[in-house]
Amino acid sequence: MLEEIGTTTEGDLIINVGPQHPATHGVLHLVITLNGETIKKVEPHLGYIHRSIEKMCESLTYRQFIYVTSRMDYLSAHINNHACALCVEKGMQVEVPERAQVIRVIMDELTRIASHELWWGAMAMDIGAFTPFFHAFREREKINEIMEETCGARLTMNYYVPGGLMADLHPDFQKKVKAFITLFKNKIDEYDELITGNIIFINRMKGVGFLSKEDAVSFGCTGPSGRGSGLSCDIRKLYPYAVYDKVQFDEILETDGDSLARYMVRIREMKQSIRIIEQLIDNIPEGDFQAKTKAVLKLPKGEFYTRVETARGELGVYIVSEGATTPYRIKFRSPGFSNLSALDTMARGGKLGDLVAMMGTLDLVIPDIDR
Amino acid sequence: MFIVKYIKDIFSGIKSLLVGMRRTGYYFTHHKEIITEQYPDNRDTLVMADRFKGEVVLIHDEHNEHACTGCTACELACPNATIKIVTKFDITPEGKKKKAIDKFVYHLELCTMCNLCIVACPTDAIKMAQTFEHSVYDRAELTKILNKPGSKIREGIE
Repeated sequence: MLEEIGTTTEGDLIINVGPQHPATHGVLHLVITLNGETIKKVEPHLGYIHRSIEKMCESLTYRQFIYVTSRMDYLSAHINNHACALCVEKGMQVEVPERAQVIRVIMDELTRIASHELWWGAMAMDIGAFTPFFHAFREREKINEIMEETCGARLTMNYYVPGGLMADLHPDFQKKVKAFITLFKNKIDEYDELITGNIIFINRMKGVGFLSKEDAVSFGCTGPSGRGSGLSCDIRKLYPYAVYDKVQFDEILETDGDSLARYMVRIREMKQSIRIIEQLIDNIPEGDFQAKTKAVLKLPKGEFYTRVETARGELGVYIVSEGATTPYRIKFRSPGFSNLSALDTMARGGKLGDLVAMMGTLDLVIPDIDR
Repeated sequence: MFIVKYIKDIFSGIKSLLVGMRRTGYYFTHHKEIITEQYPDNRDTLVMADRFKGEVVLIHDEHNEHACTGCTACELACPNATIKIVTKFDITPEGKKKKAIDKFVYHLELCTMCNLCIVACPTDAIKMAQTFEHSVYDRAELTKILNKPGSKIREGIE
């Protein structure tokens, strides 16, 4: 009985990873119970960077609260803003112009590539390969330049407003995106050469951090973490928003459920994002980039829920409106929180050295978990 | 058969390492392919994107005139109370009272560069400047008064 996994017995070692630790990419605090080198329990302690974004949003108007959500999952800021804009538009019943919808999808996919690239570099750095980090940031810099030119910022853009976009595209946008696609298609093979086929990498990832499909469902794992376990959960396919129902792309599924499967999902997803951008970049329709909205936005009394697929999984925005200019209550269903809750099940019985590989492939963004 | 698989694994493993090393060697011998980004020390030749959001400035023309009427639309649009507009009443030549700005106070330390004030301005009086180095030694220096001394509103702007 004493050897039962999950109980603390005499002789167990309890160590803290974080809140300030280079492998957690933020201020994640994990309390780990160890028996020798075997993990018995992983307990995430949250709250270190809690900024009460949900409560803050209750005092901001429907135009103002969108910028705050860029600070949740800062790597997919555009997609967070998209979710909020969609929810407000759903409440106001505003039809977003076709041009704005297409631009939104292109921007979302560029953000997804940038996010996955950062994940790829950071994860490789976690497990001991330092060079990939620079290679990933080289291509990510190109996306940041595109964003800087059109949206005016590199990370927290605040480009989406209820009803469309804040500004029209920069004249150079299409040219630069096409140049990026050509560049990126060559460079993604480099990623495979450097990491994907590498025997040391495969040995460290294969069979590590197994998550069954049933567990993925019960923990609410979404995004690449869920799809690595064979759970079909791509919101872009299942509940299409914007123009995702008009473009051709595949939902990437891997059935192994280990770290390597989650890695492969993200690598293949980048190629699908390129495919989506290629279909849309030459077909941006002419027209307005913003629907006409009133100066003061008011949502009718009621409850509104929308969801989008961020780079990490399903983001849900739930607004309760009392008919005023500010929301009565806002709740965000963030993907990182649900994905983190599966870490304990994955890590139990594994080795301490494998924990960074599991955390790396879960793609945790701590401000998204804590909000 | 185990031993054949074992040897095969060793050779495929070495091959995968060599493939990665070839890529590393390529960048080792090709110095032209820049991977890291340098800090922009080239101030004379540096061109920032014209939409880059650095800080809010009030546009003044050559006659030291601006277009701000003091309508406080930007103040209301701001999510963080970054902008505070202090108004006064000017006496026009006809003897009428006219509202004008006394101080356009801008707290750079609170600003998140969300661009909502620029969009809200009805007279396009403010814009985003392309500066990017805001560090100062005292926090009080970040609170700025944007209207220049002696500036007044441009003729014909209501």
